Amino acid sequence: MSLEIMIVKIRIDGKYYETKLGKNLLEACLELGLNIPHFCYHPALGSVGACRLCAVKRFKDADDKKGHIIMSCMEPVTEGMIISIEDADASAIRAAVIEGVMTNHPHDCPVCDEGGECHLQDMTVMAGHNYRRFDFKKRTYKDQDLGSFINHEMNRCIQCYRCMRFYRDYVGGKDLNAFAAHNYVYFGRHENGALESEFSGNLVEVCPTGVFTDKTLKKHFTRKWDLSNAPSVCVHCSVGCNTIVSERYDSLRRIMSRYNGAVNGYFICDRGRFGYEFVNDEKRIRNPKIRINKNEKQEEVSENNLILTSLTESFSKDKKIIGIGSPRASLESNYSLLSLVGQENFYHGISKREYNLTKTALDFLRSSSVKTPSLKQIEKADVVFILGEDITNTAPMTALAVRQAVRNKPKAAATEKGIPLWNEYPIRNYTQDSKSPVFIATAIKDRLDDIAEKTFRGSNADIAGLGIAVGSLLNDEASTLKLSSNDQQELAEKIALSLKNAKHPLIITGVNCGDEEILHAALNISIALRKNNPEAMLSIALPECNSMGLAMLPGKPLDEAISIASNEIIDTLVILENDLYRRTTKESVDVLFEKSKQVIVLDHLINKTSQDVDIVIPVSTFAESEGTLINNEGRAQRYYKAINNKDEVKESWRWIGDLIKLRNNDQSIPWNNFDELVSSLVNELPAFSKLKEYMPDADFRMYNAKIPRQSLRYSGRTAMNANIAVSEQKVAEDNDSPLAFSMEGQGEQPPSSLVPFYWTPGWNSVQASNNYLDELNGSLKGGDPGIRLVESNGENKSSYFKIDSHTVDLQKNELLIVPAYSIFGSEELSSAGEAIKQRIPEPFVYLCEKDADIFEFKDNDMITIEIAKSKIELKVIIENSLKQGVAVVSVNLPGMPFIDLPASGIFSKM
Amino acid sequence: MDKLELILQEYQGAKRDSLIPMLQDIQESEGFLSENSIVKVGNILHLPTSKIYGVATFYNQFRFQPNGKFHIQVCRGTACHVLGSSTVLKEIEKKLKIKAGQTTRDGLFSIEIVACIGACGLAPVISINGQFFAKVTIDSLTEIIESFRNKEK
Repeated sequence: MSLEIMIVKIRIDGKYYETKLGKNLLEACLELGLNIPHFCYHPALGSVGACRLCAVKRFKDADDKKGHIIMSCMEPVTEGMIISIEDADASAIRAAVIEGVMTNHPHDCPVCDEGGECHLQDMTVMAGHNYRRFDFKKRTYKDQDLGSFINHEMNRCIQCYRCMRFYRDYVGGKDLNAFAAHNYVYFGRHENGALESEFSGNLVEVCPTGVFTDKTLKKHFTRKWDLSNAPSVCVHCSVGCNTIVSERYDSLRRIMSRYNGAVNGYFICDRGRFGYEFVNDEKRIRNPKIRINKNEKQEEVSENNLILTSLTESFSKDKKIIGIGSPRASLESNYSLLSLVGQENFYHGISKREYNLTKTALDFLRSSSVKTPSLKQIEKADVVFILGEDITNTAPMTALAVRQAVRNKPKAAATEKGIPLWNEYPIRNYTQDSKSPVFIATAIKDRLDDIAEKTFRGSNADIAGLGIAVGSLLNDEASTLKLSSNDQQELAEKIALSLKNAKHPLIITGVNCGDEEILHAALNISIALRKNNPEAMLSIALPECNSMGLAMLPGKPLDEAISIASNEIIDTLVILENDLYRRTTKESVDVLFEKSKQVIVLDHLINKTSQDVDIVIPVSTFAESEGTLINNEGRAQRYYKAINNKDEVKESWRWIGDLIKLRNNDQSIPWNNFDELVSSLVNELPAFSKLKEYMPDADFRMYNAKIPRQSLRYSGRTAMNANIAVSEQKVAEDNDSPLAFSMEGQGEQPPSSLVPFYWTPGWNSVQASNNYLDELNGSLKGGDPGIRLVESNGENKSSYFKIDSHTVDLQKNELLIVPAYSIFGSEELSSAGEAIKQRIPEPFVYLCEKDADIFEFKDNDMITIEIAKSKIELKVIIENSLKQGVAVVSVNLPGMPFIDLPASGIFSKM
Repeated sequence: MDKLELILQEYQGAKRDSLIPMLQDIQESEGFLSENSIVKVGNILHLPTSKIYGVATFYNQFRFQPNGKFHIQVCRGTACHVLGSSTVLKEIEKKLKIKAGQTTRDGLFSIEIVACIGACGLAPVISINGQFFAKVTIDSLTEIIESFRNKEK
């Protein structure tokens, strides 16, 4: 390994360059900004030397005039290496390879979704293949229906095998394969149907041509160069993957992954990529609505001022106002609400259980010296222990990072043998099925089971028990605890030993399992590990995109607001981007609404809450506003608007600014723009003081110009509005960010947090991102965007949690119930989109066969469960990995009422 | 118990290196690989269905449709090739509106390409259900196929 950091000099086409020893030559050249055409090589997937396109000539020494052809992706860099890229022989080979690749390609670029952003187009031009000589019939295929996310067009395929390598080797998918042989190789499923993997959407970016394309983009297709883009952050889970969001004609057209070396790397999950359709929803709230009388219907108001005037009374000084924040709204919006109502009246809009667990997690991350890993660091872990959390469904990209972590053992073995880490197939052939150990303890079978060394199935108490046992084995001070079952004790000892011997042990748990015991057990293991190993890591999955940011703001849980409401009358209740019916029981929300004289909701989605209140104020989504989100590791990241607000829609914080003016009864403005709002936040709450340091203000300029959202090739500036006016319209102003709604400005290498799209000369496809990196697979030039706000100071202040295990006495017909999250369906925003809707399961309950037999339930039966007096109807699915006495129930699916899990429930037939 | 079950039973507990022999056995007894049998093989060897299809489609010898009532073997050996067996194959494919390896919708005919059936002196040669037809031409092909079709009527 130490060899890798040696800097060596190599000569390329007569010029000398410095690079690292042992790196593969193609990677080195791309990093140096030298263009070598390539196909099968992808930085995340390594080299296999299959396509033969990256041929260059190598010379033995300075006297060697003849040289020999090598494949640059398969060649390690050595000291004093002499190569030529421009050599005539090498160029001829590359042109011949691309000509061969293109023989069966349909040349349907004008109608192809990939056109203009196509790696194959770029490579054809770069390799110099201009005229077609193949004059015969092209082979054709039948395409498959791959579900609502991905479109399949096999005729365009050039057989580079990237899709297979990504889908099978990188994400562990099973249902995509190569069929047939020779000229008829076919990539697809064995039958029509949606691709099963949660990461299938990345095929759109991995495929160098238009075989796999984004079906949601196809619905409202736009040429890629006509898109107006903005850097953004995914709002669909707590991981905070970076994205690029793209707009045309005021509608959001697609989402792509944006490289961040510390967070998501090259990829994002399907919820993040295809969950954006709620932004374009026709039923979105676009105008304010008012209801004078509680029994009447809400009516739309066309003018904003009317709404504000009508609210003057409600916000006068003597009124009691309560504000309810949201974990899916930005930090700034939540903070503005906090300033409107004051700290004593600000409530986090989450259940008490979620509030307590998130607080525990935050306090621990702040006070302990255990490392919180970024996704990149998770990929470096050599032993992983997952407790109670179904990360594939609650924090998908974490699961993908764990899949890469299991390759650390084989990679270490390969390094010992002298196989370079980029040399993909030799590593796989040499190490076969060897994997770094992953231990998974969950209630039900897990998507990661196929990479697990050992899995454990049990109730929450069993999982916590296993965690406690592992913790006590690692902790020298604690008395060793013996588990009742020998198998479990053996497993605990095995896990403890593995963790103890690991260099980078990682514990993963989460708030979503809803169990304090499990969380505490996991935290105790990490404390014990940290005592002997400073590299010990702990990752905690949180429920929503800004759960961490909300937890860092002062405030109380929602349940306390409800208990206040049952005692006294609230004058005005302000709810920020939150559906309270998802947070607590219907009865509680009804009490809250009844005891409030006026209920105001700021939201963009029509949901149960926004349908049932006195005033609805239309606010922008993530695609139409700036904001900061804090992910589960405490990393603050900013998103920018891609769409300019239209109709009466404004950002939440801007609306609340207007309300503050009403409250103060004067026209003095608390903040004029986004930067002033952030300054105010930083001044008031020191926990956020670093926020100002990293993100450029709106007055940031590159060469006296703003950074353009549109590429140089943007077309139709005048024509697109010709139905309104034939003269070109004025460019929309954006006073809140350093980005402009224009194609004019300095587009070359903006600061890493402000990259709206990837483009460099010759590179129109997403592969252009390589030119924005310091090192392939490394960090972006100028450092990866985002700044950690939650960081322990290295000093360990946390002590072991005392865990009181409580047993639940089950009544007749009762079972323990734990929650099951679905990647598609359990998150509110994405579930409103058409593509995701088609993948949402019906509300279900998993039962093991023995339990089902006792109740006489069969597969697919509809049954009723009564939990804390509320009844829900669910479909039975028999699943024998469950322990008897435990049932797993889907949560947060559309149409399901709030259920506070884990709990026990009474089962009966319908 | 049917033949398929018997074969599968023989391979209980087998590993993935038994995949190809298993597929061969099934094809020998069934005449082709049905979707059902592939799923069952997957259950025994713990392989995804897509993987098995990937292997099976790689080789020309595996069929995914049952043979027709009249199974046509077209010789594509050297001698037959020299005497125009590629035209013979094309003509049969055109007449029956199917490709080699497929079966007509009415289940009457199926085509298979074979390397040599040891009748080089009679090239180009085809064999229908074991019955040889020597020195076939486009005209004689029409007659041969029609005669089989009439048999069915």
